[in-house]
Amino acid sequence: MNTPIFRAFAVPLTALMLIASLFILLRGHNAPGGGFIGGLVAAAAFALQAAAFGPKAVRRAVKVSPLSVAAFGLSAACVAGLFSALADMPFMTGLWIEPHLFGITVPLSTVMLFDAGVYLVVVGAVTAIALAVEEEEP
Amino acid sequence: MAAPIPNLSAALNLAAPTSASWLTILPVPLCFSLAAILVILRRHSILQPVIATAGLLLLVGLNAALLVAVIAEGPVTMVMGRWLPPFGIAFTVDLTSALFTLAASVVALAACLFASGDIDAAARGQGFYAFLLLLMAGVCGALTTGDIFNLYVWFEVTLIAAFGLMAVGEEPEQIDGAWTYALMNLVGTALFLATVGLLYARLGTLNMADLAREIRAGEGAQPGMTLSVLFLFALGLKAAAFPLQMWLPAAYHTPRLTVSALFAGLMTKVAIYVLLRLFVMLMPLQREELSLLIVTAGAASMLVGALGMLAEDDLRRVAGFGVIAGIGNMLSGLALGSPGGVSGAILYALHSMLAMTALYIAVAGIGRRLGSFSLGRAGGLYARDPLFAFLCLALFFAVSGLPPLSGFWPKAILTKAALDIGAWWLAGAILLSGFLTTIALARIFLLAFWRPAATAEIGPAASGTAALTLLVALIAGFGLLPEGVLSLAQEAAASLSAGDAYVGSVFPGEASP
Amino acid sequence: MIEPWLAVLSGLFFSAGIYLLLAPHLLRALIGFALFGNAVNLLLFLSGRVTRDAPPIIGEAETALKAGAANPLPQALILTAIVISFSFFAFLLVLAWRAFRDLGAEEVDGLDRAEPRDRPAPPGGY
Repeated sequence: MNTPIFRAFAVPLTALMLIASLFILLRGHNAPGGGFIGGLVAAAAFALQAAAFGPKAVRRAVKVSPLSVAAFGLSAACVAGLFSALADMPFMTGLWIEPHLFGITVPLSTVMLFDAGVYLVVVGAVTAIALAVEEEEP
Repeated sequence: MAAPIPNLSAALNLAAPTSASWLTILPVPLCFSLAAILVILRRHSILQPVIATAGLLLLVGLNAALLVAVIAEGPVTMVMGRWLPPFGIAFTVDLTSALFTLAASVVALAACLFASGDIDAAARGQGFYAFLLLLMAGVCGALTTGDIFNLYVWFEVTLIAAFGLMAVGEEPEQIDGAWTYALMNLVGTALFLATVGLLYARLGTLNMADLAREIRAGEGAQPGMTLSVLFLFALGLKAAAFPLQMWLPAAYHTPRLTVSALFAGLMTKVAIYVLLRLFVMLMPLQREELSLLIVTAGAASMLVGALGMLAEDDLRRVAGFGVIAGIGNMLSGLALGSPGGVSGAILYALHSMLAMTALYIAVAGIGRRLGSFSLGRAGGLYARDPLFAFLCLALFFAVSGLPPLSGFWPKAILTKAALDIGAWWLAGAILLSGFLTTIALARIFLLAFWRPAATAEIGPAASGTAALTLLVALIAGFGLLPEGVLSLAQEAAASLSAGDAYVGSVFPGEASP
Repeated sequence: MIEPWLAVLSGLFFSAGIYLLLAPHLLRALIGFALFGNAVNLLLFLSGRVTRDAPPIIGEAETALKAGAANPLPQALILTAIVISFSFFAFLLVLAWRAFRDLGAEEVDGLDRAEPRDRPAPPGGY
């Protein structure tokens, strides 16, 4: 897997896949998509990068350990469920705010925070497994 | 733009949740967030036990508060996301669940205290404490959820954490144990899932209160024998009941003994809790028809477990067979189904959670002092450590079911319940199994404690009696002052058998069946 | 009417899965576990009706599902079950790989470390 063509295309492809994963995450609330699938696409992007340049290069580029990313996502998802306690509603009730930023209405919700948490869990866990498996190879 | 959201208020529960109902849900996010924090801090091997112990203390406090709330106001429910049941996922805690969750969190705290001596920096780096908290998230979820598919998901969370714990360490025999354990439990859980799917196909609901209402009304669709037997098979496999018990003594002695102690206290008992929930509350008619099968499996487990304890030289495997003998007692209580039988089974499960964890901790203490787990080579412990010998003797009394300690009460209740319906052979099996257990444990005390040490070999310095002392104190307290727990277990069994309080908590304002 | 055929297929998956789980070779047992999981998923799929008459979507002016629509809930359950069984399959695969690397075992018999055959009997007397 070390051909020049593959290595040349790996970088722009990874960038495209990461953008696409964010797009899939954000459209997920009302249309097909969501945190889980978006996370898988992002993890695939990191796995691709690791196949082209080796797992060490990916670890250097990402800086944060993938497992910590997954753990952060897990706690974000838990906190998203607990926000409803402040509004006196049961666990995991979706809450929305719609601030106007620069003339555009941006709907933000605890549901989205939960989905972003799922996204981080999937990215972190699957990337960690993929990198560990690639490092295992002789 | 998205279509305007229609008015959903008819499908929503707009009442504000009470603070008691928050207690049903809080243990799960608490354990999950603590596990996440422990993963992030996995390189700080000194902070790990501190955070885990503090978190588990908080968990014990939360579950104690939950028990107090349930005693005061009956079953408590929270349905997530304001959806009306049975569409939202409900978390419902009645007295049985509250007692089990409190005992489970105490067991986890004891194991965490013991771990500070057993789990070294390398094992902490492999994530022992994070997996411990993840395991508790799964166990608390399984014990408090009111939705049967959700229960399957919590089973899987528990299993993921259990596999992580099984892999802590580098011993080659761990691979063998983990393979056996993983394959058997995964098959059991997959069968449970298949049964849940068939149950949904037949009854069209997954909420346990809704299911109980439908099935107990006795009209319309019934789960039928096939589904009940499948449930019994899948959960019997997870609980290690005869004839599906072989995997337990083959696997439980392979990981670190702290992990074994946790599993002995938690994993099989969660399966017993689900069996009680399903066969006492949801499907009492089916239980009655299956009672001969259940009681045969129970009596056989008792005897196989006790005979296995007699036949083993490895102390860790003796403890494994002890778990199986206990499972047999709980199953016979379930099969009897009378108030005495069910309350005996609940009491036995609570006693067994504490006693089996303590038994593995005691075995770990013996192994640590002598450098081996072989009964044939053990000796001289009484002279070396009288306090430890005293704690072990008290624990052996409790596990055998001898009068002053906690094991006596559930066995007495179960024997009486068996004699009440004229099942003298079941009462005989309970007593015989207790007798054989007494012989097996007395032999351990005789050989490992009273016999003079054969060699002068001295193991590493002894430590870590704090966890054993905590558990033995609880066992002794329960044995000497049983009235409080006895009446709670009777109340729990009565409300589990009647089921209307549970249903009424999920569907307030509807007539109970 | 495709349900009876799918039910038969699910039964075949179950039997093939159990047969392979009983095989001595670790990889066969792994494949057996995957087949077993798929048999369960197929069973769940069947429990929610298999039909193409109507999509399980409630339109804007409607208040209930169209008649003849499949029940979407079992499909959501399968999705959960697939994700979980995928992760467990990965765990078992790593375990089998470690058994091969550390113990040199390809078959269950080669794993025999937890219960060695020549275990000593407990002492017979004091």
